[in-house]
Amino acid sequence: MKNDWRARNHPAWWAFIVHRLSGVALALFLPLHFWALGQALQGEAKLESFLRWSDQPAVKGAEILLVLLLAAHMTGGLRLLMLEFLGWRDWQKSLLAVAAGTTFMFALVFLLNLV
Amino acid sequence: MSARGQVYLWAAQRISAVLLAFCVCVHLITLIYAVRGGLSAAEILARTHASIGWGTFYAVFVLAVAVHAPIGLRTILAEWLGWRGTALQVVTVFVALAIAVLGLRAVWAVIA
Repeated sequence: MKNDWRARNHPAWWAFIVHRLSGVALALFLPLHFWALGQALQGEAKLESFLRWSDQPAVKGAEILLVLLLAAHMTGGLRLLMLEFLGWRDWQKSLLAVAAGTTFMFALVFLLNLV
Repeated sequence: MSARGQVYLWAAQRISAVLLAFCVCVHLITLIYAVRGGLSAAEILARTHASIGWGTFYAVFVLAVAVHAPIGLRTILAEWLGWRGTALQVVTVFVALAIAVLGLRAVWAVIA
């Protein structure tokens, strides 16, 4: 069992876990997102009232986390596509760092614009 | 599922991923732009209302997600929870249809 954990505790395994869990979280969030936008069917005022409810700090925090998860899933997915379709190249070792950096850049710029 | 079926799912997952990489990039940049100075319904609807461009973009986005997400969830249900057979197929198709219907309804809500 110890060996199992040591075999898993490396960057590529963490990238795999982040990709899976972010994908599940985004899939669970989608119905809520679609429901929120669907408020516009009952008029602009209804959507506006939902948006004012979403001004709460806890909801803003959740939005930042969702942007982080979305960016992480996208950059992690692009890394996988490159690994699968471009064939192995030495520079691909750096893809994890590029993916993580791009993810945090999107989340940080979103955060700076949000607050 | 047959080997051919598995290959189709694998290909659909990758093709939808390429589309989604583009859509998510546009979505993230739009989000970052839209939240400056706070979100408002008037601002969102002014951008999307009667816009064929945004309508087409978001419809393609929703349909790509409706292909991509269920296949990913299917893999996770099979690998982590051991789901197999008809139940797995039914859940996959249900999730795909739910995302497509709810998503297109949301697109219609902000475009119409």
